[in-house]
Amino acid sequence: MRTIIFRTIAPYLAALMVLFSIFVLLRGHNEPGGGFIGGLIAASALAIFGIACGVASVRRAMVFHPMGVAGFGLFIGALAGILSFFTSQPFMTSQWLIFHIQDVEIALSTPLIFDIGVYLVVVGAIGSIALALEERESD
Amino acid sequence: MTPAVIDDTTLYAVLAPFAAAVVAPFLTRWLKHNAAWPLAIVPALMFLHFTGFIGPVSEGQTFTAAMAWAPAYNVEFSVYVDGLSTLFAMLISGIGTFIILYAGGYLKGHPQQGRFFSFLFLFMGAMMGLVLCNNLISLFIFWELTSITSFLLIGFDHLRAASRRAAIQALVVTGGGGLALLAGFLMIMVTTGKFEMSALLTDPKVIKNSGYYLPIFLLVLGGAFTKSAQFPFHFWLPNAMEAPTPVSAYLHSATMVKAGVYLLMRMQPVLGGTELWTTVLPIFGGLTLLVGTILAVRQTDLKLMLAYTTVASLGLLVMLTGTSHEKALEGAVLYLLAHSLFKGALFMVAGTIDHEAGTRDITKLGGLRAAMPITFIAACLASLSMAGLPPFIGFIAKEVLYYGTWGWLEFWGLPLTITALVGNALMLVIAAAVALKPFLGPKVETPKHAHEGPILLYAGPVVLSVLGLGLALVASTTGNLLIAPTLASVSGKVVELDLHLWPTYIWGNVALYLSLVTIGLGIFLFTQLDRLRDLIAAVLKAIGWGPDKGFDQFLAGIVSFSSWITHRLQTGKMQTYMLLTFAFTAVAVLLPGYLTNSFPAMPKMPDYRFYEWGILLIAVLGLIAVLIAKTRLTAIVSLGIQGFAVALIFMMFGAPDLSFTQFMVETLSVVILALVMTRLNLSPRDHRKGIDIALTAFVSVAVGLGLMLTLLAITQQPFDSRLSEFFTEYSRSIAHGRNIVNVILVDFRGFDTLGEIAVVVLAGLCVLALIRVRTKPDKPEEAPASAEAPLAEAQTGEAR
Repeated sequence: MRTIIFRTIAPYLAALMVLFSIFVLLRGHNEPGGGFIGGLIAASALAIFGIACGVASVRRAMVFHPMGVAGFGLFIGALAGILSFFTSQPFMTSQWLIFHIQDVEIALSTPLIFDIGVYLVVVGAIGSIALALEERESD
Repeated sequence: MTPAVIDDTTLYAVLAPFAAAVVAPFLTRWLKHNAAWPLAIVPALMFLHFTGFIGPVSEGQTFTAAMAWAPAYNVEFSVYVDGLSTLFAMLISGIGTFIILYAGGYLKGHPQQGRFFSFLFLFMGAMMGLVLCNNLISLFIFWELTSITSFLLIGFDHLRAASRRAAIQALVVTGGGGLALLAGFLMIMVTTGKFEMSALLTDPKVIKNSGYYLPIFLLVLGGAFTKSAQFPFHFWLPNAMEAPTPVSAYLHSATMVKAGVYLLMRMQPVLGGTELWTTVLPIFGGLTLLVGTILAVRQTDLKLMLAYTTVASLGLLVMLTGTSHEKALEGAVLYLLAHSLFKGALFMVAGTIDHEAGTRDITKLGGLRAAMPITFIAACLASLSMAGLPPFIGFIAKEVLYYGTWGWLEFWGLPLTITALVGNALMLVIAAAVALKPFLGPKVETPKHAHEGPILLYAGPVVLSVLGLGLALVASTTGNLLIAPTLASVSGKVVELDLHLWPTYIWGNVALYLSLVTIGLGIFLFTQLDRLRDLIAAVLKAIGWGPDKGFDQFLAGIVSFSSWITHRLQTGKMQTYMLLTFAFTAVAVLLPGYLTNSFPAMPKMPDYRFYEWGILLIAVLGLIAVLIAKTRLTAIVSLGIQGFAVALIFMMFGAPDLSFTQFMVETLSVVILALVMTRLNLSPRDHRKGIDIALTAFVSVAVGLGLMLTLLAITQQPFDSRLSEFFTEYSRSIAHGRNIVNVILVDFRGFDTLGEIAVVVLAGLCVLALIRVRTKPDKPEEAPASAEAPLAEAQTGEAR
């Protein structure tokens, strides 16, 4: 698998895929996309990077353990639901913060935080499975 | 009278112990054992709060307060304050105050004293909730909480195997009973439509007339009998004596074990009075009374003697409650109060003796009266009450219960009176043994040099035993303020009570004669105590088997049964699992259609465009490629072809999100499957035998066919568009999003998604754990390239 072409291209490809996954995540509320798909794309990016350059370098690049990323995602997903308690509304009632910078409407919301949580869970969980499976090959 | 609604203070009074449980460890770290003093303020304040109810409750007023909990399921955190719950709440908080103090002295210097306080408070809160809860479901929750906290307390000394066994036993028995109770409550709620105890009590006939009286009766009894240690479930209570003495004094004499009695008394107006009730309860109660006292006589350990008399007393209470007769119920209520006071005190005395002298075996104790005068006096006072001698509350209770059993019950009068008589006589024997043996006689050398304990240890026994005297001296007031309102709750009608300590007449007073007989018999048996003990021991040895042993056999039976099932189902071969799963899926989707003969009609072939045919063709080609592939890797990749074709179909029919996801999932599955294959060192080819392949093929076709028919059947139903209309309409306006799929995922049904991502994380952890379980390090890198063996071997290796 480790041809020179693949190894040269893989880091750029993975970086592009991660970037694209974030784009897909953020546009999800209005266009096709969302945290789950974004997460899957990012996870494939990790898998490709791992196959090409070895699991060790992926782990170095990620800084955190992927399972920790997944756990953090679950945490902020739950946290997004709790925020509505501060406005005395039931758990997971969505809260919106919409403001304009010049002519661009910026909408921040708890569903977005929640979606980021979903994204991180999927990246973390699927990514760590893929990396763990790849690990044997590299050692 | 309809209950008056009061403010939430009472609700907070119920919850206060839980707050104390949080504070306790920190306070204990700071103040050491002296933390008992500030901590005892909590139950003391609760006690004061509930004394405030005595006045209005004795005038027949009742109170409720409620807080919404899960309103959609009719679950409220609500309290119902009447005579019965006031008496219980005062006993729990009042005795609890002294137990906390006692625990401060008893576990002085114990490294986990803070945790112990915490558990005690948790229990106290659970018990308060149990006796005060109005809503059936929240009552059940507190009921189970008492089981769990009792588990924690019995197993407090968790390094000893005996403690752990006792804790598990108590949990299994009382927890199991709790489940029966839940079923009973649910039946009550469904058949009557009433969710509150107070509502149930307004209509005493509602359950009896519902047609489900028998199952409800049995289920409620299952809860009450296990909790209150009725024969044949009595065995867990003596074993629970493994707990530190404060626990035994609190849970296993004064409060928790009375929960079952509380429930029976509480439900007496709605469940009682039937032939079933007045037959089953007296029989089991009476049996428990006899079994308990007889087993108590046999013991030489102070705590075990007391524990068995507790079993006996609970039997007596159940027996009296089972008569459904006012006079006998009056005896039950009086005895309940008397028992809590004297038994709590005696347990603490036993603990103090153990703590100061180093043993609780009465054959190794003697002559402690000079060393421990205060404890001795408390022991004497409590024992006199337990023996039923005047001028103590135990005496009044005994008089009233004899009066009730003898004079008023037609058929059951004689057998119940004789049972009570024998039980009370034996109770007197134990009372005498507990109070006299350790203190009188020549001084015996004890493991520790005995001396009086600190005030933390003797405060409880002294106050409780003196109360047993004091309440009797003001019998008339006690009767009006405590007993009459409780009796009104238990019997379901207002009762006039005239309680007095000394019998008003002698001639023809059968209760008094019976008391005299009891005392005479008791004193006679006490002189024969050693002989009696040997006799009972010999009989028990001859029988050999008991429910305690039965429990072990039951547990062992369950374990071997489940291991048999597990070994049958978990063969360790992936192929078997998959085959079984898919075979069952096939049956599940095909069988209903076959049975009802309702297979959908084949629709007319739609008019596809040429590119649509093209995509279908790609999918079919992919599948054919899977089937004829020479190597596994080719098969996996070919499966991807089919997946991508499906993704294209989604795309064409207006589901871009689905298609997008399908693309990604397909890609990842191909990658992961390929990785798994290399990791498992599979042989590149499939070398199964023809018959195996045929079986797999058959199951696959069946599943495919079944799912296709199911889908056809679904699509032939008229389409209900309410949901899509709702989401289309509100997705933009409420959730500010145009992508309905995403809005559903993260907003409308966000709670589901939260659950799903939790599952994803957990599944990820499990897979990770499975991968990380390495096969043996000395395993050669290249597995032998034989056919079947490496697969099975690798799988069992992974599973390890």
